[in-house]
Amino acid sequence: MNTIVQLSYFAAAVLFILGLKGMSSPKTARKGIVWAGIGMIIATLATFVHPTITGAHGPVVTNYVLIVIAIAISGALAYWSAKKVPMTDMPQMVALYNGMGGGAAGAIAAVELFRAQDSLTASVATKAAELAEAKDLTLEQARMLVESQGTIGAALGTDVAILGILGALIGTVAFSGSLIAWAKLDGRMNRNSVVPMQQIVNIAVFAATILFGVMTFFTDSLATVIIFFALALVAGAFMAIPIGGADMPVVISLFNALTGLAVGFEGFVLGNPAMIIAGTVVGAAGSLLTQLMAKAMNRPLTNVLFSGFGTGAQTESEGPEGEMKEIQAEDAGIMMAYANQVVIVPGYGMAVAQAQHKIWELVQLLQDKGATVKFAIHPVAGRMPGHMNVLLAEAGVPYDMIYDMEDINAEFAKTDVAMVIGANDVVNPAAEDDPGSPIYGMPILKVRDAQNVIVVKRGRGRGFSGVENHLFFADNTRMLFNDGQKAAAELVQVVKQF
Amino acid sequence: MVIEGFIALYIFMLAAFTGYEVIARVPVILHTPLMSGSNFVHGIVLVGAMVALGHAETVTGQVIGFIAVFLGAGNAVGGYVATERMLEMFKTKDEGGKE
Repeated sequence: MNTIVQLSYFAAAVLFILGLKGMSSPKTARKGIVWAGIGMIIATLATFVHPTITGAHGPVVTNYVLIVIAIAISGALAYWSAKKVPMTDMPQMVALYNGMGGGAAGAIAAVELFRAQDSLTASVATKAAELAEAKDLTLEQARMLVESQGTIGAALGTDVAILGILGALIGTVAFSGSLIAWAKLDGRMNRNSVVPMQQIVNIAVFAATILFGVMTFFTDSLATVIIFFALALVAGAFMAIPIGGADMPVVISLFNALTGLAVGFEGFVLGNPAMIIAGTVVGAAGSLLTQLMAKAMNRPLTNVLFSGFGTGAQTESEGPEGEMKEIQAEDAGIMMAYANQVVIVPGYGMAVAQAQHKIWELVQLLQDKGATVKFAIHPVAGRMPGHMNVLLAEAGVPYDMIYDMEDINAEFAKTDVAMVIGANDVVNPAAEDDPGSPIYGMPILKVRDAQNVIVVKRGRGRGFSGVENHLFFADNTRMLFNDGQKAAAELVQVVKQF
Repeated sequence: MVIEGFIALYIFMLAAFTGYEVIARVPVILHTPLMSGSNFVHGIVLVGAMVALGHAETVTGQVIGFIAVFLGAGNAVGGYVATERMLEMFKTKDEGGKE
């Protein structure tokens, strides 16, 4: 049986890597996830005949029943929730599922640590009796000697214990941190919650967690292990609480990488190569992805983690000069109908207004009139890199019309009309001009180079980061104040007449 | 299967390079699906959770093991469905993405 299980795990590992490779190109991406899925099914089915389970002592049958019940309930809930969630809410769902993975890794570690602790307590009496007999000690002396040697580290073996405890720490932090990320993005928690003296408290909590992690290795006390897990839960939550909404994608990606790492470590504890390989591959890939995202936002990872966005002391920069100039849908529509090149810059606001389908209708009309239309996507448009591409793809926009920042920025100078819909910070020239701005240095889409800029916006308020947008006050900018979907529908009506 | 310390170190090293290389050539438009996809892949934790619950001998072990399997299954199933839904949308024109 063991051979079958090990072969299945090998096949799963191969399928996971091929699957991730497939997901790296739009053409093969859908095949990729199917391969990875097949790998998961093979590995899961094979585990039912895993020798550790089939040869276990204790309530094996009950455990089988429990496994099936847990998979059935959780699987059904996850399937249902993932099917019904709207595309705009995907980032928090990824955070939620990721947190579950981290929690599972932490729980596995807990089972193994408790088991080791349990075996220590159980064997002390017998070992002490043997020792007292052999060394001619009193029972009490022998007992103390055995207890001093009996640590979790010794019971599990040094390497297993170290990786097990590390995996427990990382997995548990990823669990509570991801849940906070989910709660914040899902609007279940105030985005601006702060812990008083947050940085000092965080450092203290982390130091205490690591201390108890080390103590867990050198102890046989159940209380130490429990405190260690409790502290790790708090540490993860505190890590995520001060992080602003704009930085959340980076943090979700970081927790994703951490969960992968934790799974890899627990794989070593259980001697499970499929977990080691899949976990480590995700850990490495996730770390790289996290760095790519942080780079795209020009926010070093340390800044993301250790300073609340916009909470630090900022130099008060001068407000933009001039005033916003409004435009009506009729005029905007005419402007677009006669343009040779139109670039659309969508942001999260477009997705929230569910305007992407109307926008695509508008784009098709413009294309029929012979205009060149391109979509410009900032690396952090939406709530995660690539999020906006997914939303546009949902509306049916072919991906060869969608351009990255590097490819489109030179094009704006040749563009007659740039339409910004639901985007804000990613087109703010303050990132280039104003060293006092909190977003200074972030690469932006050079929308202001276009002949005309139309900004579709619901109201005059500031954006997600709370920074005033200088673009809105520029001479070539006209503001179309309306809900994204209504604005797009009106523009479609206007363009149809010409 | 017992994996000796140093063999494990080599596996970790090779797997880390694999992960890095696999993602290095990914276009930005696929970053979100890929994050979701890699999120699904570490759902393999389900397998470990099954083993942990499968050989649990105490009630505490069974309770925590049950939680582990529950969470792991959610990670795997939710991760798959979410990724599949996102990737479903990456259709080229000739596949019928545009009417």
